[in-house]
Amino acid sequence: MDYSFDFSLILANYPVLLRGLVVTLELWVPCFVVGLLVGFGLALARLSRHAWLRLPSLGYIELFRDTPVLIQLIWFFYAFPIIAGVQLSPFLAACLGLTLNTSAYCAEIFRGGIQSITRGQWEGARALGMRHSVILRRIILPQVIRRMLPALTNRGIELGKVTSLASVLTVHELMYQGRLLSSTYYRPLEMLSTVALVYFVLIYPGSYLSMRLETRLARRG
Amino acid sequence: MPYEWDFSAVFQHFDMLLVGLRNTIEIALVSIVCGIGLGLVLAFMRLSSRRLLKFPATAFIEFYRNTPPIIHFFWFFYALPVLMNISLDPFSAAVLALSTQSGAFYAEVFRGGIVSIESGQWEGCKALGMRHSQAMRRIILPQAVARMMPPFVERSFELTKTTALASTLAYADLLYQAMQVNSETYRPLEVYTTIAVMYLLLLLTASALARVAEHRLTAYGRA
Amino acid sequence: MAVPILEVRDLHKSFGNLHVLRGIDLVVEQGERIAIIGGSGSGKSTLLRCLNFMEMPTQGSIILDGKRIGRVRPGKDGAERVVYPEAELCDVRERLGMVFQQFNLFPHMTVLENAMEALVTVKGMKRAEARAHAEAELAKVGLSDKFDVYPSKLSGGQQQRVAIARALAMEPEILLFDEPTSSLDPELVVEVLRVIRALAEEGRTMLLVTHELGFAYHFATKIIFLADGVFHEVGTPDEVLKTPKRERTQAFLARFTEFGF
Repeated sequence: MDYSFDFSLILANYPVLLRGLVVTLELWVPCFVVGLLVGFGLALARLSRHAWLRLPSLGYIELFRDTPVLIQLIWFFYAFPIIAGVQLSPFLAACLGLTLNTSAYCAEIFRGGIQSITRGQWEGARALGMRHSVILRRIILPQVIRRMLPALTNRGIELGKVTSLASVLTVHELMYQGRLLSSTYYRPLEMLSTVALVYFVLIYPGSYLSMRLETRLARRG
Repeated sequence: MPYEWDFSAVFQHFDMLLVGLRNTIEIALVSIVCGIGLGLVLAFMRLSSRRLLKFPATAFIEFYRNTPPIIHFFWFFYALPVLMNISLDPFSAAVLALSTQSGAFYAEVFRGGIVSIESGQWEGCKALGMRHSQAMRRIILPQAVARMMPPFVERSFELTKTTALASTLAYADLLYQAMQVNSETYRPLEVYTTIAVMYLLLLLTASALARVAEHRLTAYGRA
Repeated sequence: MAVPILEVRDLHKSFGNLHVLRGIDLVVEQGERIAIIGGSGSGKSTLLRCLNFMEMPTQGSIILDGKRIGRVRPGKDGAERVVYPEAELCDVRERLGMVFQQFNLFPHMTVLENAMEALVTVKGMKRAEARAHAEAELAKVGLSDKFDVYPSKLSGGQQQRVAIARALAMEPEILLFDEPTSSLDPELVVEVLRVIRALAEEGRTMLLVTHELGFAYHFATKIIFLADGVFHEVGTPDEVLKTPKRERTQAFLARFTEFGF
C-alpha cells in the first residue's frame, strides 16, 4: 500500500467540522426534547378509550416506524410544501421530520411502560384507600419512568445517528461538512474516517451510560 | 386553492418504481445474509474467553453500533477504494456498509440469545456428562435461536429501512428510482407519497411473515 | 471388604471469601442411602454439587471407585495443585446422576427426547436402543402416556419424574438429589417421593439433600446434619432425628415441630 496519509488537512479545517457538529447538536437536542413531549401525548391518545383518538395515533405511529427516515425527511422537504403551500428550509424540514419520527418511537416506549405496570399494583394501592392521582404519582409513574429510561436513552442515541441523514437535504451538519471537505480536498479516506471517529466519540458515551443504567436498574429490580 | 392530486404520472412510470423495489429487496436480502455470517463470527469471538478474539470483536461491534450508517456508505464507496487501490460499484459498497453494521448488531442479538439461556440448562447438560460443545449444539443453541427471533427480526427490519441510503450512492433502489421519476414528472408529492406507501406495505408484509415464523419456532414454550 | 463407591477427604469449598465447606470427610458404601439435612447456607447443596464437580473443590480429594478424580500437579510453595480435565469430569458426571430442584429439563425437547438425549449424545447409543431404554425408565416413573409431550405442559411433579427418569436412563452408580421436592406444590411432593422410595427399594446408592425430614427418616440408612460447613452430627435416622445428642441439632429439629398439630 503506497498511500500517504495526510491528516494535516483535518487539523487545518477543523473549524468546518466544528460548525457541522454544532448544527448536529442543534438538530439532536431540540428534536429529542420535543419528540419526547409529543410522544407522550401520542401514547395517551393511543391508550385512550376513544377510537377517534386511538386510531389516528396508531396510524401515525405505524407510519413513522415502518418507513425509512430518509423518506420522511425527503417527503417533508419536497412533498409537504406542496400541500402546505409554504417552502421549508432544509433545516426546518429536517427538524420536522426528525421530531415527528422520534415522537412515534417515544410513544411506543411510553405506551409499553404504562401498560407494563401490572394490575396488581393498581389493586394493591386502591385496597389501601389511595386515590387515582396519588397512585399514579407515587406508585405507577416512578416505576414507569425507571422502566422506560433505557429505551428512551436508546432512542436519543438513535436520533443522534439519524441526524446525519439531514445532510441529504443539504443541512450543514457534521456529515455534510465531512463530505464537503472530502470532495474539496480529494482526501475521502482521511476526512470520512475522521468524521466516523467524531461520531463515535459523540455517540458511544451515551451508549455506554445507557448500558450501565440498564444493568443498574435491572439489579434493583 | 386546494391542490389537485394526480397520480397518473406516477403510475405511468410505475415500472421504474418496481425496478427500484426489486433492487431494494435484493440489497436487503444479500445484506441480511452477509450480516448473519459476520454476526455469527463476531458473536462467537465475543463469547470466547481468549482476549485476542474478544477484544477486536468488541471494538468492531461497538464502533459499528455507535456510528451512523450513512458515513459507512460513503466510507466504503469513497474511502475504501483509496485505501485498497480498487474501485467499488454502488451495490458492493452499499452491501459492505449494510453488512458490517448489521453484522455488529446481529452479533449482539446472537450473543444475547445464548447468554440468556439460564444456567440451569447448562447444569442439566453437565450433570448428564455432556461436553461443552455438545451442550451448546444440542441444548443451548436451539433454545437461543428461538429467543433471538424477535430482536433479530427487529434488526432486519431496521436494515431494510436503511437500504434507502443506497440512493445516496446512486444505486437504483426504490428511493433513487423515485427521485428519477420525480425529475421526469415534477410531482414530488405523489411520487414520494407512493413510495412511502410501498415501503410501508413491504415492511408490514415482512414483519407479518416474521411473526408467523416466530410463532412456529416457539411453539414448544407455550403451556 | 469392598472398596467404598465414593470417598471424600478433607473437602473444602470457598466462594471468594465465603468458606462454605470446611473439611468434609465422607465414605459412601454401595447401597447406602444418605440424607443430608441442615439450615440454608450450611453447605448441603454445595457438598452435593462438588461430588459431581458442578462446583470445583477448593481443596481436598474426591475418590470414585477407589480412583481419585483429577490430576495432581506440584504447585507453588510445595502445596499440591489439582487439575480437572474436562474429559475426566464428563466421565464422572456420566457415572453420577443428579436431579435438580429446578428440574432443568430441556424445554425444546419432548419428554422422551429429554430422556434419550444423553444416551445418544454422551453414551453414543443408537437411537432405537436409546428410545427403548428411555421408554422403560419413563414407564418406571409412571409417565408412559407422556412420551411426546413437552415439559411446559406437565405439572411440576411430572417434570421432576421426567428428570429422575432422565438421570436413571444413564445407569448411574450413585444418584444425587438436590432438594428434589423444594420447588413443588405440596400435593405434588408425594408422587416424587414415591418414585425415590421405589428406587430405594431397588438398593441403589443415593444421596439426598432435603427438608422432608419425615421422608428422610423412612428413606435413609444414614442421616448427616450439616452446620457451618462441617458434619455436626451423623447417625442412623433414629439417632439423629429422634434422639439428637447435640444442641444445634436439637434446635434445628425443634423448628419443625413448633407448629406441629
